[in-house]
Amino acid sequence: MSFVALLLVVLQMALYVLLAPLLVGWVRKVKAVLQNRRGASLLQPYRDLYKLFGKEVRMASTASPLFRAAPYIVFTATWLAAAAVPLFVTQLATAGIADIIAIAGLLALARFFLALAGMDVGTAFGGMGASREMLVSALAEPAMLIAIFAMVMTVHSTNLETLVDYQLTATVLRPSYLFALSALVLVAVAETGRIPVDNPSTHLELTMIHEAMILEYSGRHLALMEWAAQLKLLLYGALLINVFFPWGIAQHSGLGELANGLFFVLLKLAVLGVLLAVSETVLAKMRLFRAPTFLNLALLFGLLGMLSTVILEVGL
Amino acid sequence: MSASLSLWLAGAAVTMALASALVSLMTGNTTRLLRLVAMPLFALGGLFALLAGLGALLGGGVATAELPMGLPWLHWHVRLDALSGFFFCVVGLVSFTVGIYASGYIRGFEGGRDSLPALGGFGGVFLAAMLMVMLADDAFMFMVMWEVMSLSSYFLVVFHHEHAANRSAAFLYLLMAHVGGLAILLSYGILATFGHGFGFDAMRGADLGFGWASAAFLLAFLGFGMKAGLVPLHAWLPLAHPVAPSHISALMSGVMLKVAVYGFIRVLFDLIGQFHWQWGIVVLAVGSISALMGVLYALMQHDLKRLLAYHSVENLGIIFMGLGLAMLFLAEGHPVIGAVAFIAALYHSINHALFKSLLFMGAGAILHSAGERDMEKMGGLLRRMPWTGLFFLVGCISISALPPFNGFVSEWLTFQSALQVWQLNSGVLRSVVPIAAAMLALTGALAAACFVKVYGVAFLGRARSRAVRRARPAPLSMQIGQGILAAFCLLLGVLPTTFISLINIVPQQVLGRGLAQATSHGWLWLTPVAAETASYGAPLIAIALLVALVFGLWLMGRGLLRVRRCDAWDCGFAPPDAGMQYTASGFAQPIRRVFGMLFHIDEGVEVLPDGRRRHFLYVKDRAWELFYMPIARIVEQAARRVTRLQSGNVRTYLGWSLATLLFLLWVVT
Repeated sequence: MSFVALLLVVLQMALYVLLAPLLVGWVRKVKAVLQNRRGASLLQPYRDLYKLFGKEVRMASTASPLFRAAPYIVFTATWLAAAAVPLFVTQLATAGIADIIAIAGLLALARFFLALAGMDVGTAFGGMGASREMLVSALAEPAMLIAIFAMVMTVHSTNLETLVDYQLTATVLRPSYLFALSALVLVAVAETGRIPVDNPSTHLELTMIHEAMILEYSGRHLALMEWAAQLKLLLYGALLINVFFPWGIAQHSGLGELANGLFFVLLKLAVLGVLLAVSETVLAKMRLFRAPTFLNLALLFGLLGMLSTVILEVGL
Repeated sequence: MSASLSLWLAGAAVTMALASALVSLMTGNTTRLLRLVAMPLFALGGLFALLAGLGALLGGGVATAELPMGLPWLHWHVRLDALSGFFFCVVGLVSFTVGIYASGYIRGFEGGRDSLPALGGFGGVFLAAMLMVMLADDAFMFMVMWEVMSLSSYFLVVFHHEHAANRSAAFLYLLMAHVGGLAILLSYGILATFGHGFGFDAMRGADLGFGWASAAFLLAFLGFGMKAGLVPLHAWLPLAHPVAPSHISALMSGVMLKVAVYGFIRVLFDLIGQFHWQWGIVVLAVGSISALMGVLYALMQHDLKRLLAYHSVENLGIIFMGLGLAMLFLAEGHPVIGAVAFIAALYHSINHALFKSLLFMGAGAILHSAGERDMEKMGGLLRRMPWTGLFFLVGCISISALPPFNGFVSEWLTFQSALQVWQLNSGVLRSVVPIAAAMLALTGALAAACFVKVYGVAFLGRARSRAVRRARPAPLSMQIGQGILAAFCLLLGVLPTTFISLINIVPQQVLGRGLAQATSHGWLWLTPVAAETASYGAPLIAIALLVALVFGLWLMGRGLLRVRRCDAWDCGFAPPDAGMQYTASGFAQPIRRVFGMLFHIDEGVEVLPDGRRRHFLYVKDRAWELFYMPIARIVEQAARRVTRLQSGNVRTYLGWSLATLLFLLWVVT
């Protein structure tokens, strides 16, 4: 574990927290342009976070110590999961903990405390948000695992670095990978709370899932929760990009290669942001009990991908 | 530590448990003798069992002895090897903490109508019988001790015998324990016939064909599966575990179910010794279905102890999934992956023992402080019982399989062994096993949902009833018992490599090979198959989370993180009160709607005699109408046919006896 590898980990963690608001700002800007508006500037999410950190925290009198601790736990767990997903370079010191199931476990830990925080104050909205979030995540987990299975059947490892390296040297376009990509895109939309599963910019409490759980938060707590949600979006984006389209990522730590890797990942994230904005503009949010159908589709894609490794890709 | 020393320690543990039982018989009206002498003896018995188990694991040898008890031509043989040693550690650790916990908990039974000598006496006998089952080296001693274990736990379950529901639950438990015991006896019968002897040594050398071996396997799976609570033989579990006193529920759920797992491993992996992929698929399928159905039924409960009992069904399903995967890989000639799956099952056994006992102890603390078992009446307990709340949170996080606690490690190992299915040749197996793994993922996510519900409704929010609003913190001994288990949950989650190197001797002795590669990259990385395939650095994740926690606490101490209190958001209408919170049934409603066809749901609005309307919702176990009721009907019809033989005439009965005697004489010659 050399000093350069350690420095790269620190750099990647810093880039994750710094770039997450920018991605959200970019998606909002593209949506505004599609809706024929000028929209807020790209740096508006940074200004929002700065404003929230400066505000006073007002906590409900019925809130327990868990309510106070939850934003820090959620942010730390999400950040730790993000530290393991390669962003613009592959040879990291955190390659050892970059196990995709461990990353899913850390995100599940964050979601657990988020749901508990929603139930803490004793209002109906928090309980509703927690209940809906646990339903969506319960149905998304098997879909995600089956899609991972489909990839593991070919790569024979759950380590993210191995997955990225495999795709960099792959010479064959596999149907199982295409199915796994479809499944993971649907799961990512559900897990990050975007349209059509959840509307991140709604202000009607009865339509909220994620927002309902953080309804009681204010000040720096709200800033941390919002930042964690933005970080989760960037995490899933980086995961999809670097596992399925990693070309251009830096494999050695030369300065030119690093700059090259960073440029390409920013370009791919920009394209992903445009696609997300287009889908959010074209689609409407589904009612809650249509979400199982959506996630069953993801499960079906994953199953097809896994079966195609057994049936189609024999001898590959 | 030499093997015979471990055997002496095991004997001392059994003696302590029996001494605890004897002392309890002298209890009068007060619980002082129980609290000061009997329960500490119980805890000491557990401690000696833990030491004996550690000795057997570290020593690595096999200790055998012959006791001058039993039949004249078949003395009882005892044997303490690595497998027994591992389960001794499980039983010992949980019994130690239960003994400490019970010293405080039993005080609540003072002045009641139930028999205190019975509680302490049968409790000691129960622990002694469980330890002796694991020491047994011949079928006779095993069956006698198994019977004693079932009978003593029956008397413990029926402790609150004033309610008819408790009595019928205990009777169902006794009935199913005996049916299971009969199946195990028949399995031993097959092995003894082919092995020409009742000792386990003779059975190991038995040469069984595929047909007879499958029969022995199915009978053993039926018997031990019934005791372990696998679907559809689980009906007794959610009825019997809630009605027992909470420390007994912790013992039964945490420890007795693991004795069933021990029995299954002993009979199948040790005595039968051969593996076929068909058996592996059967065990994997039953395990997956138990896991999924267990957690789905648990989500629908609002009685806290019944919910925890259904979660035991789920976790035993996960343990048997691991065992099924091990059998599958061993049958197909992949001993390394088989060993990984085996270790995953063993790890989950001890994890479940730890966090399930912890959760039952928490439920017992709530029952002790607030007299409440129904979650719909709880709320806000974290502020009234802070330490119980903290330890219960540790139990909730562990059972939801979240890092950095222990539940995550065993589920990770199970997933890793399932993901190695690409190495098999059969396309059918490569398609079926991932589906089982997906069911495991669904189970884990639903378990997390269930425990968000449990913790959120019971400990967070506002109190929904007066007794809960005035709940007092639990006594110190109860907090200490829970604290020890919570510390071990964290320890087993953060140091998996140390633990696996400790239990590595078990697969070495049972399967013939260990997992040397799991810890070959140092104590920091868990690499069960190979470093490139998968690695888990538990201490790193724990350290990162700990650093964040310490930093946050430091900032709070410096006064940099001030908050101001106010009212909760109420949309500008009336201030929210306790009745406006989400209920447990309400929380589970989306999942009930999505998975509705798997339950038997009775929902509607009824009109009460005084004109008021009431909404009712009953979620019943489908296994009753699909499995148990048909069997009960068949048994009743068969019994009615048989009564036609009973004509009341003595001469007819003598005629039947003569015919049977002639038939038996013809069979024997």
